Amino acid sequence: MWDYSEKVKDFFKNPRNVGEIENADGLGDVGNIVCGDALRLTLRIDKKTDKILDAKFKTFGCASAIASSSALTEIIKGMTVDEASGVKNKDIADFLGGLPEEKMHCSVMGMEALEKAIEDYRGVKVSGKTAEKEKVVCKCFSVTDAKIIRAIRENNLKTVDEVTNYTKAGGGCGKCKPEIQKLLDEFWKKQKTKDVKLETRRKKKLTNLQRISLIQDTIDREIRPKLRADNGDIEIVDIDRNRVYVRLLGTCLGCPSTEITLKNLVESKLREFVESDIEVEEVK
Amino acid sequence: MKLIYMDNNATSCIAPQVFEAMKPFLRDEYGNPSSMHNFGGKIRKYVDKAREEVADLLGANDPQEIIFTSCGTESDNTAIISTLRSYPEKKHIITTKVEHPAVLNLCKYLEKTGYRVTYLEVDNEGMLDLNELRMAIDHDTAIVSIMYANNETGVIFPVEEIAEIARVREVIFHTDAVQAVGKIPFKLTELPIDILALSGHKLHASKGIGALYVRKGTKFSPFIIGGHQEDSRRGGTENVASIVGLGEACRLARESTEKESVRVKKMRDKLEKGILKKIPDVKINGHTERRLPNTSNISFEFIEGESILLMLDEKGIAVSSGSACTSGSLSPSHVLRAMGVPFTYVQGSIRFSLSRYNTEEEVDQIIKELPPIVERLRKISPFGMQETPKK
Repeated sequence: MWDYSEKVKDFFKNPRNVGEIENADGLGDVGNIVCGDALRLTLRIDKKTDKILDAKFKTFGCASAIASSSALTEIIKGMTVDEASGVKNKDIADFLGGLPEEKMHCSVMGMEALEKAIEDYRGVKVSGKTAEKEKVVCKCFSVTDAKIIRAIRENNLKTVDEVTNYTKAGGGCGKCKPEIQKLLDEFWKKQKTKDVKLETRRKKKLTNLQRISLIQDTIDREIRPKLRADNGDIEIVDIDRNRVYVRLLGTCLGCPSTEITLKNLVESKLREFVESDIEVEEVK
Repeated sequence: MKLIYMDNNATSCIAPQVFEAMKPFLRDEYGNPSSMHNFGGKIRKYVDKAREEVADLLGANDPQEIIFTSCGTESDNTAIISTLRSYPEKKHIITTKVEHPAVLNLCKYLEKTGYRVTYLEVDNEGMLDLNELRMAIDHDTAIVSIMYANNETGVIFPVEEIAEIARVREVIFHTDAVQAVGKIPFKLTELPIDILALSGHKLHASKGIGALYVRKGTKFSPFIIGGHQEDSRRGGTENVASIVGLGEACRLARESTEKESVRVKKMRDKLEKGILKKIPDVKINGHTERRLPNTSNISFEFIEGESILLMLDEKGIAVSSGSACTSGSLSPSHVLRAMGVPFTYVQGSIRFSLSRYNTEEEVDQIIKELPPIVERLRKISPFGMQETPKK
């Protein structure tokens, strides 16, 4: 059972601004059915004053997704487009008196829909750089190869099942699974050659001092923000040549995926940015 | 507001008779059945009586084939670990993709420690291909662990045939019967099952009690190692009150299952019929015939399960969902996905699971309350037959 605030419950049970504005001045579609939420935001904007006169939403999702979407429309109504573009997901969560940690993505979805709707209003092309080159791989859910490759890259996906979890591709009839496997194979083959190149580029040895400072920098820049996003944290306990001893803190403590965090995030980032033979060990 | 409880596959109410049977052992009769003095020692016969009741319900030949445990999960873990220890040279396990986490996650763990696991697929109706099972068994197979009935869809696997296949190939067959016991009648005298797991709180006993049936002659190695309790097969002082309660629950089930399962099925069918008639774009998940009489897993397209669940909760109706949001992870029900149920339907799945304590009035109430909820959520949803706004 989720611990929803009274305001979340109220906005779920009595959502404000449900619907779609016809001939909207700004339209933002985000989310997908796999993660269990999707949102269509439509805006009516006074072109002279840039003021948001009306905002409506349609949401597929859980109680907090519906509440977040509705809260978003309440927040931005009456704002100018410039003001609205400063609205972040935290504002939505705060407006609702907080969201359960696991449900923060609902507020992120609201922010993304708002960004898209504003881009749409301003006539900025959203992300269609290679749109004509993209090919639909999964016909059930119309997922393109570009989206699959992006998901593979950003989430370090290794199997077809993982791709399905992240993009829906292959989750319907399953006929496209061999094609997804091909995309995976091609991506990781390319990645390997890239890694080899990186390796040769990084041949020059670091001094102890350089290594230590680079490790600290990388943890501060690449790793800590990601852990903090989930209310976790990390501290360096010791560094002995290529061995880095760390302690995971906050919600990382007792998290069942500690092992994955250490290998896939901490170690892989340090190998990427410092030296390829870095070994990370957890100190409990 | 009166609660309408239709989540009996999650847990069930303690039957009034069970509660009464347990009471003395929670208060005055606190003796340890292993004690030498009379105050403790006399408790032994109540534990033995409960063992007989469990054996009777299952149609086991001998009460000694029953071991009390703490829950269904412990029973499942014991069955698998015990068998693997008894056949240390064998390194292969066969199970299905739709097992309860008590089996599935143990198998995934064992995979990491060097075991090979075959996860049998299911078809769109949630049924197994027994030829796939036949092909999967080899000289290295230690155990076949396949559930009796699925907790999410209620689909019943043909355990009789599975048991026969395993017997012929001389492989131990364990079945997680947590959802089947007390819901459908069966007799282990007629089923060559080697090991069977059950859980008390699914059949109107209390939580914290389970049992394991181990057929005489089956190799056994204890999972919880300790004292001589349960014939040295499960250490730990007996949970007397809950054991007595489980015994009483089994007695009630033995007396009522045959009759009550017909009545429960009638209510379940009425519920499904009512929903199908009143709500469009609805799909029943799982084989409609080979199914527990109490379970209905229904998908409502275009809307998300948690929303439906919480709206029903507002009306005092308790059910569960297979959606991602309610599973506690990012992915929705592994059972429905293994069945190839499209994502548009998986996310909107709701499980109703009835018991003999439900009434027809409650079914009518749900048929009345649900359609407006679905309609409301569909109005909020961007999916479905809505038009794209013109630019």
